[in-house]
Amino acid sequence: MSIKYMEEYRDPEISSKIIESIKKLSQKKVRLMEVCGTHTMSIFRSGIRTLLPDTISLLSGPGCPVCVTAQREIDAFIELAKEDDVILTGFGDLMRVPGTDSTLQKERAAGRDIRIVYSALDALEIARKNPDKKVVFSGIGFETTAPTIAASILSAKKMGLDNYLVFSAHKIVPPALAALMETGEARIDGFMLPGHVSVIIGTKAYLPFFEQYQVPCVIAGFEPADILQAIFILVKQIEAGVLKLENGYQRAVVFDGNEKAQKMMHDVFETVDAVWRGIGTIPKSGLKIRKEFESFDAQKIFDVTVSDSKEPEGCACGEILIGLKTPPECPLYKKACTPVDPVGPCMVSTEGTCAAYYRYCI
Amino acid sequence: MCLAIPSKIVKIENTIGTIDVAGVKREISLLLLENASVGDYVIVHAGFAIHKIDESTAMESLKYLRELGSIR
Repeated sequence: MSIKYMEEYRDPEISSKIIESIKKLSQKKVRLMEVCGTHTMSIFRSGIRTLLPDTISLLSGPGCPVCVTAQREIDAFIELAKEDDVILTGFGDLMRVPGTDSTLQKERAAGRDIRIVYSALDALEIARKNPDKKVVFSGIGFETTAPTIAASILSAKKMGLDNYLVFSAHKIVPPALAALMETGEARIDGFMLPGHVSVIIGTKAYLPFFEQYQVPCVIAGFEPADILQAIFILVKQIEAGVLKLENGYQRAVVFDGNEKAQKMMHDVFETVDAVWRGIGTIPKSGLKIRKEFESFDAQKIFDVTVSDSKEPEGCACGEILIGLKTPPECPLYKKACTPVDPVGPCMVSTEGTCAAYYRYCI
Repeated sequence: MCLAIPSKIVKIENTIGTIDVAGVKREISLLLLENASVGDYVIVHAGFAIHKIDESTAMESLKYLRELGSIR
Protein backbone atom coordinates (compact mmCIF):
# COMPACT_ATOMS: atom_id res chain seq x y z
CA MET A 1 0.00 0.00 0.00
CA SER A 2 1.39 3.34 -0.92
CA ILE A 3 1.81 5.91 1.82
CA LYS A 4 0.81 9.41 0.89
CA TYR A 5 3.45 12.14 1.25
CA MET A 6 6.22 9.57 1.53
CA GLU A 7 6.43 7.18 -1.43
CA GLU A 8 6.86 10.06 -3.88
CA TYR A 9 10.00 11.14 -2.04
CA ARG A 10 11.45 7.66 -2.40
CA ASP A 11 11.03 7.59 -6.17
CA PRO A 12 14.44 6.52 -7.55
CA GLU A 13 13.76 8.35 -10.80
CA ILE A 14 13.44 11.70 -9.02
CA SER A 15 16.48 10.97 -6.84
CA SER A 16 18.73 9.96 -9.71
CA LYS A 17 17.85 13.12 -11.61
CA ILE A 18 18.66 15.30 -8.59
CA ILE A 19 22.00 13.50 -8.26
CA GLU A 20 22.74 14.34 -11.90
CA SER A 21 21.92 17.99 -11.20
CA ILE A 22 24.23 17.97 -8.17
CA LYS A 23 27.05 16.46 -10.23
CA LYS A 24 26.69 19.12 -12.92
CA LEU A 25 26.72 21.90 -10.38
CA SER A 26 29.37 20.82 -7.89
CA GLN A 27 32.89 22.16 -8.48
CA LYS A 28 34.22 23.21 -5.07
CA LYS A 29 35.19 20.69 -2.42
CA VAL A 30 32.68 21.01 0.41
CA ARG A 31 32.05 19.51 3.83
CA LEU A 32 28.35 19.38 4.66
CA MET A 33 27.05 18.34 8.05
CA GLU A 34 23.77 16.53 8.58
CA VAL A 35 22.94 17.50 12.13
CA CYS A 36 20.21 14.94 12.77
CA GLY A 37 20.77 11.26 13.55
CA THR A 38 17.73 10.24 11.52
CA HIS A 39 19.29 11.99 8.51
CA THR A 40 22.47 9.98 9.08
CA MET A 41 20.50 6.73 9.03
CA SER A 42 18.52 7.72 5.96
CA ILE A 43 21.68 8.74 4.09
CA PHE A 44 23.29 5.37 4.79
CA ARG A 45 20.15 3.33 4.14
CA SER A 46 19.60 4.94 0.76
CA GLY A 47 23.25 4.78 -0.26
CA ILE A 48 23.44 8.53 -0.93
CA ARG A 49 27.09 8.74 0.16
CA THR A 50 28.20 6.42 -2.59
CA LEU A 51 26.27 8.31 -5.27
CA LEU A 52 27.58 11.80 -4.61
CA PRO A 53 30.54 13.27 -6.49
CA ASP A 54 33.95 13.27 -4.75
CA THR A 55 33.67 16.99 -4.18
CA ILE A 56 31.03 16.48 -1.46
CA SER A 57 31.84 15.06 1.97
CA LEU A 58 29.03 14.41 4.43
CA LEU A 59 29.71 14.69 8.15
CA SER A 60 27.38 13.44 10.86
CA GLY A 61 26.63 15.91 13.62
CA PRO A 62 25.45 16.05 17.23
CA GLY A 63 21.82 15.20 16.52
CA CYS A 64 21.42 11.81 18.14
CA PRO A 65 19.79 12.44 21.53
CA VAL A 66 21.30 9.46 23.35
CA CYS A 67 24.76 10.18 21.92
CA VAL A 68 25.05 13.77 23.15
CA THR A 69 23.68 13.00 26.60
CA ALA A 70 26.48 13.62 29.09
CA GLN A 71 27.95 10.65 30.91
CA ARG A 72 26.93 12.28 34.20
CA GLU A 73 23.29 12.27 33.11
CA ILE A 74 23.45 8.62 32.06
CA ASP A 75 24.95 7.81 35.48
CA ALA A 76 22.21 9.84 37.19
CA PHE A 77 19.48 7.83 35.43
CA ILE A 78 21.16 4.63 36.61
CA GLU A 79 21.37 5.95 40.19
CA LEU A 80 17.70 6.96 40.10
CA ALA A 81 16.72 3.48 38.94
CA LYS A 82 18.37 2.08 42.06
CA GLU A 83 15.99 3.97 44.38
CA ASP A 84 13.56 1.51 45.93
CA ASP A 85 10.36 3.48 45.38
CA VAL A 86 11.17 4.47 41.79
CA ILE A 87 9.92 3.17 38.47
CA LEU A 88 12.28 4.61 35.87
CA THR A 89 10.76 5.13 32.43
CA GLY A 90 12.29 6.26 29.17
CA PHE A 91 12.85 5.63 25.50
CA GLY A 92 14.43 2.33 24.48
CA ASP A 93 17.70 3.74 23.16
CA LEU A 94 18.88 4.61 26.66
CA MET A 95 18.77 1.08 28.02
CA ARG A 96 22.08 -0.13 26.68
CA VAL A 97 24.12 3.07 26.93
CA PRO A 98 27.11 2.29 29.12
CA GLY A 99 27.30 4.45 32.22
CA THR A 100 30.53 4.64 34.16
CA ASP A 101 29.83 1.40 36.05
CA SER A 102 26.57 -0.06 34.76
CA THR A 103 23.72 0.26 32.25
CA LEU A 104 19.96 0.53 32.73
CA GLN A 105 19.66 -2.87 31.09
CA LYS A 106 21.96 -4.43 33.68
CA GLU A 107 20.05 -2.73 36.49
CA ARG A 108 16.80 -4.07 35.11
CA ALA A 109 18.26 -7.57 34.97
CA ALA A 110 19.26 -7.06 38.61
CA GLY A 111 15.61 -6.47 39.49
CA ARG A 112 15.17 -2.69 39.24
CA ASP A 113 11.86 -1.50 37.84
CA ILE A 114 12.83 0.13 34.54
CA ARG A 115 10.28 0.40 31.74
CA ILE A 116 10.62 1.40 28.11
CA VAL A 117 7.84 3.66 26.88
CA TYR A 118 6.89 4.90 23.45
CA SER A 119 5.52 8.21 24.69
CA ALA A 120 5.68 10.32 27.86
CA LEU A 121 1.95 9.76 28.18
CA ASP A 122 2.64 6.05 28.67
CA ALA A 123 4.83 7.01 31.63
CA LEU A 124 1.96 9.12 32.95
CA GLU A 125 -0.32 6.10 32.76
CA ILE A 126 2.23 4.02 34.69
CA ALA A 127 2.23 6.75 37.37
CA ARG A 128 -1.57 6.66 37.55
CA LYS A 129 -1.57 2.89 38.02
CA ASN A 130 1.21 2.91 40.64
CA PRO A 131 0.30 5.60 43.17
CA ASP A 132 2.66 4.16 45.79
CA LYS A 133 5.69 4.54 43.49
CA LYS A 134 7.49 7.56 42.06
CA VAL A 135 7.51 7.26 38.28
CA VAL A 136 10.48 9.11 36.83
CA PHE A 137 10.79 9.85 33.12
CA SER A 138 14.37 10.07 31.87
CA GLY A 139 13.97 13.08 29.61
CA ILE A 140 16.43 13.22 26.76
CA GLY A 141 16.00 14.63 23.27
CA PHE A 142 15.74 17.96 21.49
CA GLU A 143 12.98 20.44 20.72
CA THR A 144 10.94 17.71 19.02
CA THR A 145 10.64 15.68 22.19
CA ALA A 146 10.70 18.44 24.84
CA PRO A 147 7.15 19.70 24.07
CA THR A 148 5.79 16.17 24.46
CA ILE A 149 7.42 16.00 27.91
CA ALA A 150 6.09 19.46 28.74
CA ALA A 151 2.61 18.28 27.73
CA SER A 152 2.98 15.27 30.03
CA ILE A 153 3.89 17.51 32.99
CA LEU A 154 0.96 19.82 32.26
CA SER A 155 -1.34 16.79 32.04
CA ALA A 156 0.02 15.39 35.32
CA LYS A 157 -0.71 18.72 36.99
CA LYS A 158 -4.24 18.76 35.59
CA MET A 159 -4.84 15.16 36.73
CA GLY A 160 -3.43 15.91 40.19
CA LEU A 161 -0.78 13.18 39.78
CA ASP A 162 1.91 13.88 42.35
CA ASN A 163 4.05 10.78 41.72
CA TYR A 164 5.11 11.64 38.14
CA LEU A 165 8.55 13.20 37.82
CA VAL A 166 10.86 14.17 34.98
CA PHE A 167 14.64 14.28 35.00
CA SER A 168 15.21 16.79 32.25
CA ALA A 169 18.39 16.36 30.22
CA HIS A 170 16.77 17.94 27.15
CA LYS A 171 18.89 19.99 24.80
CA ILE A 172 18.23 22.54 22.11
CA VAL A 173 19.83 22.61 18.68
CA PRO A 174 20.71 26.20 17.62
CA PRO A 175 23.28 26.79 20.43
CA ALA A 176 25.03 23.54 19.43
CA LEU A 177 25.37 24.77 15.84
CA ALA A 178 26.97 27.93 17.15
CA ALA A 179 29.34 25.86 19.31
CA LEU A 180 30.40 23.86 16.24
CA MET A 181 31.13 27.05 14.34
CA GLU A 182 33.00 28.55 17.29
CA THR A 183 35.47 25.68 17.48
CA GLY A 184 35.88 25.80 13.72
CA GLU A 185 37.74 22.52 13.82
CA ALA A 186 35.29 20.56 11.72
CA ARG A 187 35.44 23.11 8.87
CA ILE A 188 31.76 22.90 8.02
CA ASP A 189 30.72 24.56 4.75
CA GLY A 190 26.99 24.00 5.14
CA PHE A 191 24.38 22.56 7.48
CA MET A 192 21.48 20.24 6.77
CA LEU A 193 19.19 21.22 9.63
CA PRO A 194 17.05 18.66 11.48
CA GLY A 195 13.56 18.26 10.00
CA HIS A 196 11.45 17.55 13.03
CA VAL A 197 13.20 19.89 15.44
CA SER A 198 12.39 22.49 12.79
CA VAL A 199 8.72 21.42 12.69
CA ILE A 200 8.56 22.69 16.27
CA ILE A 201 10.90 25.70 16.27
CA GLY A 202 10.34 26.86 12.67
CA THR A 203 12.80 28.40 10.23
CA LYS A 204 12.83 31.60 12.29
CA ALA A 205 14.66 29.94 15.18
CA TYR A 206 17.84 29.63 13.09
CA LEU A 207 17.89 33.26 11.96
CA PRO A 208 20.16 34.58 14.75
CA PHE A 209 22.61 31.70 14.14
CA PHE A 210 22.59 32.25 10.38
CA GLU A 211 23.02 35.99 10.70
CA GLN A 212 25.97 35.62 13.04
CA TYR A 213 27.88 32.90 11.19
CA GLN A 214 26.79 33.36 7.55
CA VAL A 215 26.98 29.67 6.74
CA PRO A 216 24.67 27.96 4.23
CA CYS A 217 21.73 26.28 5.98
CA VAL A 218 18.84 24.22 4.74
CA ILE A 219 16.13 22.43 6.68
CA ALA A 220 15.82 18.90 5.31
CA GLY A 221 13.21 16.15 5.32
CA PHE A 222 14.06 12.49 5.78
CA GLU A 223 13.35 10.76 2.48
CA PRO A 224 16.11 10.32 -0.12
CA ALA A 225 14.71 13.02 -2.43
CA ASP A 226 14.43 15.43 0.52
CA ILE A 227 18.06 14.91 1.48
CA LEU A 228 19.30 15.17 -2.09
CA GLN A 229 17.30 18.35 -2.55
CA ALA A 230 18.95 19.77 0.58
CA ILE A 231 22.41 18.87 -0.73
CA PHE A 232 21.55 20.46 -4.06
CA ILE A 233 20.43 23.66 -2.34
CA LEU A 234 23.62 23.85 -0.26
CA VAL A 235 25.89 23.19 -3.25
CA LYS A 236 24.02 25.77 -5.29
CA GLN A 237 24.44 28.41 -2.56
CA ILE A 238 28.13 27.65 -2.17
CA GLU A 239 28.89 27.61 -5.91
CA ALA A 240 27.04 30.89 -6.42
CA GLY A 241 28.51 32.46 -3.28
CA VAL A 242 25.01 33.40 -2.14
CA LEU A 243 24.51 32.15 1.38
CA LYS A 244 21.01 31.63 2.71
CA LEU A 245 18.87 29.97 5.34
CA GLU A 246 16.37 27.91 3.35
CA ASN A 247 13.53 25.55 4.10
CA GLY A 248 13.74 22.38 2.02
CA TYR A 249 11.05 20.57 4.01
CA GLN A 250 8.06 22.78 3.32
CA ARG A 251 5.39 20.12 3.70
CA ALA A 252 6.31 19.88 7.38
CA VAL A 253 8.08 23.06 8.41
CA VAL A 254 6.65 26.56 8.48
CA PHE A 255 8.49 29.78 9.28
CA ASP A 256 6.99 30.21 12.77
CA GLY A 257 7.04 26.49 13.63
CA ASN A 258 4.44 24.86 15.87
CA GLU A 259 3.63 27.74 18.19
CA LYS A 260 1.37 25.71 20.46
CA ALA A 261 4.20 23.24 21.11
CA GLN A 262 6.69 26.09 21.61
CA LYS A 263 4.43 27.70 24.19
CA MET A 264 4.07 24.47 26.19
CA MET A 265 7.82 23.95 26.08
CA HIS A 266 8.48 27.51 27.27
CA ASP A 267 5.77 27.35 29.93
CA VAL A 268 7.37 24.30 31.54
CA PHE A 269 11.08 24.69 30.77
CA GLU A 270 13.68 27.43 30.86
CA THR A 271 17.07 27.37 29.17
CA VAL A 272 20.16 26.55 31.17
CA ASP A 273 23.82 25.84 30.39
CA ALA A 274 24.24 22.16 29.51
CA VAL A 275 27.03 19.67 29.00
CA TRP A 276 27.09 17.84 25.67
CA ARG A 277 29.19 14.76 25.13
CA GLY A 278 32.06 15.66 22.86
CA ILE A 279 31.43 19.40 22.96
CA GLY A 280 31.41 20.29 26.65
CA THR A 281 29.31 23.03 28.22
CA ILE A 282 27.26 25.08 25.79
CA PRO A 283 25.60 28.21 27.20
CA LYS A 284 21.80 28.12 27.32
CA SER A 285 21.58 24.86 25.40
CA GLY A 286 19.70 22.75 27.93
CA LEU A 287 16.14 22.76 29.27
CA LYS A 288 15.43 22.83 32.98
CA ILE A 289 12.01 22.54 34.60
CA ARG A 290 10.79 25.95 35.81
CA LYS A 291 10.32 26.65 39.51
CA GLU A 292 6.56 26.70 39.06
CA PHE A 293 6.67 23.01 38.15
CA GLU A 294 9.44 21.95 40.52
CA SER A 295 7.24 19.36 42.24
CA PHE A 296 7.61 17.40 38.97
CA ASP A 297 11.38 17.88 38.81
CA ALA A 298 13.24 14.68 39.71
CA GLN A 299 16.42 16.70 40.19
CA LYS A 300 14.71 18.70 42.95
CA ILE A 301 13.01 15.73 44.62
CA PHE A 302 15.95 13.33 44.60
CA ASP A 303 19.45 14.08 45.69
CA VAL A 304 21.18 12.24 42.88
CA THR A 305 24.85 12.20 43.61
CA VAL A 306 27.01 10.87 40.85
CA SER A 307 30.61 10.44 41.73
CA ASP A 308 33.36 10.44 39.15
CA SER A 309 31.53 9.99 35.88
CA LYS A 310 33.99 8.84 33.27
CA GLU A 311 33.53 8.48 29.53
CA PRO A 312 34.67 5.10 28.22
CA GLU A 313 38.42 4.98 27.66
CA GLY A 314 39.49 5.11 24.04
CA CYS A 315 35.95 5.88 22.76
CA ALA A 316 35.92 8.54 20.04
CA CYS A 317 32.15 9.28 20.23
CA GLY A 318 32.86 12.84 21.32
CA GLU A 319 35.00 13.63 18.29
CA ILE A 320 32.69 11.74 15.95
CA LEU A 321 29.73 13.82 17.15
CA ILE A 322 31.36 17.05 16.05
CA GLY A 323 32.66 15.83 12.70
CA LEU A 324 36.33 15.59 13.70
CA LYS A 325 36.58 11.83 13.27
CA THR A 326 34.73 9.10 11.44
CA PRO A 327 34.01 5.78 13.19
CA PRO A 328 36.75 3.79 11.37
CA GLU A 329 39.23 6.26 12.89
CA CYS A 330 38.27 5.12 16.40
CA PRO A 331 40.59 2.39 17.75
CA LEU A 332 37.65 0.57 19.33
CA TYR A 333 35.38 0.54 16.25
CA LYS A 334 34.45 -3.00 15.15
CA LYS A 335 36.97 -4.38 17.64
CA ALA A 336 36.09 -3.72 21.28
CA CYS A 337 32.94 -1.81 20.22
CA THR A 338 30.12 -3.45 18.25
CA PRO A 339 26.33 -3.12 18.31
CA VAL A 340 26.11 -6.32 20.36
CA ASP A 341 28.62 -5.09 22.91
CA PRO A 342 28.81 -1.31 22.53
CA VAL A 343 31.36 0.81 24.37
CA GLY A 344 30.00 4.24 23.48
CA PRO A 345 26.53 5.66 22.82
CA CYS A 346 27.21 6.28 19.11
CA MET A 347 27.28 2.50 18.66
CA VAL A 348 24.22 1.90 20.86
CA SER A 349 21.64 4.18 19.36
CA THR A 350 20.04 3.23 16.07
CA GLU A 351 20.71 6.84 15.11
CA GLY A 352 24.32 6.79 16.19
CA THR A 353 26.97 7.38 13.54
CA CYS A 354 28.98 4.32 14.58
CA ALA A 355 25.90 2.10 14.43
CA ALA A 356 25.15 3.45 10.95
CA TYR A 357 28.70 2.81 9.73
CA TYR A 358 28.66 -0.66 11.25
CA ARG A 359 25.31 -1.66 9.81
CA TYR A 360 26.15 -0.49 6.33
CA CYS A 361 29.56 -2.16 6.33
CA ILE A 362 32.03 0.68 6.06
CA MET B 1 13.78 8.84 16.76
CA CYS B 2 12.27 10.95 13.99
CA LEU B 3 9.96 8.56 12.16
CA ALA B 4 8.79 10.63 9.29
CA ILE B 5 5.83 8.60 8.13
CA PRO B 6 2.81 10.85 7.56
CA SER B 7 -0.16 9.28 9.29
CA LYS B 8 -3.86 9.72 8.59
CA ILE B 9 -6.17 10.56 11.49
CA VAL B 10 -9.17 8.21 11.32
CA LYS B 11 -10.80 8.95 14.68
CA ILE B 12 -10.69 11.68 17.33
CA GLU B 13 -11.90 11.42 20.90
CA ASN B 14 -11.14 14.44 23.09
CA THR B 15 -7.38 14.94 22.78
CA ILE B 16 -6.63 11.43 21.57
CA GLY B 17 -6.55 10.60 17.89
CA THR B 18 -6.34 7.25 16.15
CA ILE B 19 -3.98 7.13 13.20
CA ASP B 20 -3.73 4.66 10.38
CA VAL B 21 -0.39 4.00 8.72
CA ALA B 22 -0.72 1.49 5.91
CA GLY B 23 -3.37 -0.40 7.84
CA VAL B 24 -1.72 -0.26 11.26
CA LYS B 25 -3.72 1.72 13.80
CA ARG B 26 -2.50 3.38 16.97
CA GLU B 27 -3.48 6.13 19.36
CA ILE B 28 -1.67 9.44 19.54
CA SER B 29 -2.04 12.62 21.55
CA LEU B 30 -3.34 15.73 19.83
CA LEU B 31 -2.29 18.06 22.66
CA LEU B 32 0.38 19.76 20.56
CA LEU B 33 -1.81 20.43 17.52
CA GLU B 34 -4.37 23.15 16.78
CA ASN B 35 -7.54 22.11 14.97
CA ALA B 36 -6.91 18.49 14.06
CA SER B 37 -9.66 16.81 12.05
CA VAL B 38 -10.41 13.30 10.87
CA GLY B 39 -8.79 12.83 7.44
CA ASP B 40 -5.79 15.08 8.20
CA TYR B 41 -2.30 13.73 7.56
CA VAL B 42 -0.04 14.40 10.51
CA ILE B 43 3.59 13.91 11.46
CA VAL B 44 3.91 11.98 14.69
CA HIS B 45 6.78 12.09 17.17
CA ALA B 46 6.99 10.06 20.37
CA GLY B 47 3.24 9.50 20.45
CA PHE B 48 2.23 13.10 19.69
CA ALA B 49 1.03 14.65 16.44
CA ILE B 50 3.35 17.61 15.89
CA HIS B 51 2.32 18.90 12.46
CA LYS B 52 -0.60 18.80 10.08
CA ILE B 53 0.53 18.47 6.46
CA ASP B 54 -0.92 21.05 4.14
CA GLU B 55 -1.84 19.25 0.93
CA SER B 56 -1.26 22.13 -1.47
CA THR B 57 2.21 22.86 -0.02
CA ALA B 58 3.10 19.19 -0.30
CA MET B 59 2.02 19.10 -3.94
CA GLU B 60 3.99 22.26 -4.74
CA SER B 61 7.20 20.97 -3.19
CA LEU B 62 6.86 17.70 -5.06
CA LYS B 63 6.47 19.65 -8.27
CA TYR B 64 9.62 21.60 -7.39
CA LEU B 65 11.51 18.36 -6.80
CA ARG B 66 10.46 17.00 -10.18
CA GLU B 67 11.60 20.23 -11.83
CA LEU B 68 14.88 20.13 -9.90
CA GLY B 69 15.51 16.71 -11.35
CA SER B 70 15.13 18.02 -14.87
CA ILE B 71 17.65 20.90 -14.69
CA ARG B 72 19.96 20.60 -17.63
